[in-house]
Amino acid sequence: MEDIIISTLQRAMVAGTPLLLATTGEVICERSGILNLGVEGVMAMGAVTAFIVTITTGQPWLGVLVAIGAGMAISIIHAFASITLQANQVVSGLALTMLGLGLSGMIGKPYVGKPLSIKMDDWTIPYLSDIPYLGKILFTQSPFFYLAIFLALVAWFFLERTRLGIQIRSTGENPRATETQGVNVFRLRYLSVLIGGGFSALAGAHLSISYSKSWIEGMTAGRGWIAIALTIFALWNPGRAIWAAFLFGGIFVVQYLMQPLGISPNFLAMLPYLATLIILFLISLKDPRKLNAPAMLGEPYKRGER
Amino acid sequence: MNAISKSFHGIHANQDINLVVESGEILGLLGENGAGKTTLMNILYGLYQPDSGQIKINGNPIRINNPVESITHGIGMVHQHFMLIQNHSVIENIALGYKDTPFFFPKISIRKKVEQFSKQFDFHMDTEKKVWQLSAGEQQRVEIIKALLNGADLLILDEPTSVLTPLEIKELIAIMREMKAKGHMIIFISHKLDEIMDICDRVVVLQKGKIAGSADTRNTDKKALARMMVGRDVVFNINRERLTRGERVLSIENLNVFGEKGFQVVKNISFDLFKNEIFGIAGVSGNGQRELAEAITGIRPIASGKVTINGKDITNTSPRHIYDNGVSHVPEERIRFGIAPGLFLYDNAILKQHHLKKFSKRYFLNYSQVKHHTNTIVDRFKVSTHSINNQIRNLSGGNIQKLILGREISEQPQLLVASHPTYGLDVGATEFLRKHLLHLRKQGSSVLLFSEDLEEIFELCDRVAVIFQGEFMAILDSDDERFSDIGLMMAGSKRI
Repeated sequence: MEDIIISTLQRAMVAGTPLLLATTGEVICERSGILNLGVEGVMAMGAVTAFIVTITTGQPWLGVLVAIGAGMAISIIHAFASITLQANQVVSGLALTMLGLGLSGMIGKPYVGKPLSIKMDDWTIPYLSDIPYLGKILFTQSPFFYLAIFLALVAWFFLERTRLGIQIRSTGENPRATETQGVNVFRLRYLSVLIGGGFSALAGAHLSISYSKSWIEGMTAGRGWIAIALTIFALWNPGRAIWAAFLFGGIFVVQYLMQPLGISPNFLAMLPYLATLIILFLISLKDPRKLNAPAMLGEPYKRGER
Repeated sequence: MNAISKSFHGIHANQDINLVVESGEILGLLGENGAGKTTLMNILYGLYQPDSGQIKINGNPIRINNPVESITHGIGMVHQHFMLIQNHSVIENIALGYKDTPFFFPKISIRKKVEQFSKQFDFHMDTEKKVWQLSAGEQQRVEIIKALLNGADLLILDEPTSVLTPLEIKELIAIMREMKAKGHMIIFISHKLDEIMDICDRVVVLQKGKIAGSADTRNTDKKALARMMVGRDVVFNINRERLTRGERVLSIENLNVFGEKGFQVVKNISFDLFKNEIFGIAGVSGNGQRELAEAITGIRPIASGKVTINGKDITNTSPRHIYDNGVSHVPEERIRFGIAPGLFLYDNAILKQHHLKKFSKRYFLNYSQVKHHTNTIVDRFKVSTHSINNQIRNLSGGNIQKLILGREISEQPQLLVASHPTYGLDVGATEFLRKHLLHLRKQGSSVLLFSEDLEEIFELCDRVAVIFQGEFMAILDSDDERFSDIGLMMAGSKRI
């Protein structure tokens, strides 16, 4: 029993990693006022590019870098539509998701089902990994796990304790006032969308080269959407995103635990999405003022209009 | 500033304007709404580019392309609508605008700077509070600190007193005098004559985008300035005809209403209102006026009590039902509650009447009728606009209010509920609106007027109730000798 619990928690950390990466990126993006519903598509693009580069070159970290680049590149579409053209961000984000899912399926066709021979070793943190229970759960994990937590903390520091962070948050709250203070709102929003895209692609890369070590069309399986919900659940705070993401990682894993109990596996597979719905429902009961949502989230900014 | 001109879509907002400010001087810029004051200052602050003309500082001609450049030239501006991030703390707002904010840990160094500054000017500022928790006066102070920290020698204050309480105005004036003593220049934009006379050394009057005149405040008086501003004599005392009041229109019995936060804000209020009568409700805002007006017009539920119009019970019925029974409403915060800013003038002119037979058949609007109706209002109420095919947000506050009033009284209502109808309007528009209210009274309607402005109350009302913390302190006839004590009763100090 003990072993089952430890391995479940360990797998929850693994399952939570891509959620944390994507959520962190979406938090930064939404803090600048841009709603990016393209996470799912960018994640798929990240997954497929990371897989292809890794399997052809044998360099997983090169794969990760190329994936981040690809994620940023494809996110430019959303940035251009929503910032420069001031289009509806929901439509443009949905388009990005469809584009990313379709494009990744097409590019990845020849690679479906190919096993990835290169293994990324888990990092065992000296001394800390010897702690009973916790050592195995938290300190014997893939590098992506540590990277995700590190980046979430960096993102928090960046948003709360740097000048650029204040500027990005101000942009999401009141772009006009921000611009009168001499800040280039357009540039900051582009930057935030690109950072968000990079994070989503990184999450995808983790899925294909570390989590499942294979590529199959649609392997992101709605994780991008969950990340968008987690952004709200984390109240746009990367620090809160950490535990929110791993909580959901746990829900992903708990279905394997419950299968022996005779519950239909189809129902169990539904759990993470059901939990997302429940959480969105619960959070909408809260006083919207206390949610701390960026005031101008999703609103295109037009210069010089009253 | 030399021969500055600027036009928008062919309309001259500024024409050949020359303006000089000397150090240690407070210059008043006076003008009606839409006279071009704000446009001129936005040019100086780099938000707009002039079509022609030149700006010089210390004799050197400069070009100001954007607000950042104007800040480096030592110009700071406090906008009429504050440019603050409501959800951020004071310190974060200041860090955003300050040019030498360090990249890492910006709040720590800014906090020190602000503390130094607060001492120098004798401010009190809680830097950790979020902006939305601050009063309007405190928010304004944050704006002033922002400008001064950036080394502003010339500070532009755009209608700074319009959002302040009398006490806060006094504090602002003290700060302005302190700045003047330290050698700063201030341009003070206002349309309130008293304040200009009180604060400024010199005053320049703008009218329709041109300079109508300038004067030292020592050598002029309110009347002369008002004439310059409007271009004709302003009647400061409107004559209210004596009318005998008619039958009862509105009757309110033991009304109790709760506010947003669940507190009871209207407490057991009863009164009657008659034909040919203007009934004023005087009080400092936030004493239940808004909730009372909303309860009568059907926007807010009534906890207990009864409202009747011409003997018909309209308690807790729908706003449209109440409107159809002859109750019109000129709401406070006209832009939020009175109009749909992004719609055209003609859409806004029928916001409440679109369901009437003459404007719509089944599912379709009769646009030719709608436009005809709008043109009638625009002509009759002198709404200044180049077209009715214009988003109403492009109009000035006074013109928006004229259109709202036109819409509300075009059907000759039994009762008009008017909340702060002249708030923030210039002398010309105020006079115009007040005359129309009196005209309405003469035609046999009754008016329920909410106002903070005692002058307005004295001029217009036949009877006045003073409201304080949701209760009526007294109901007075205009010939009551206690009428002069209204100011005291508004402060809740005296119950008669």
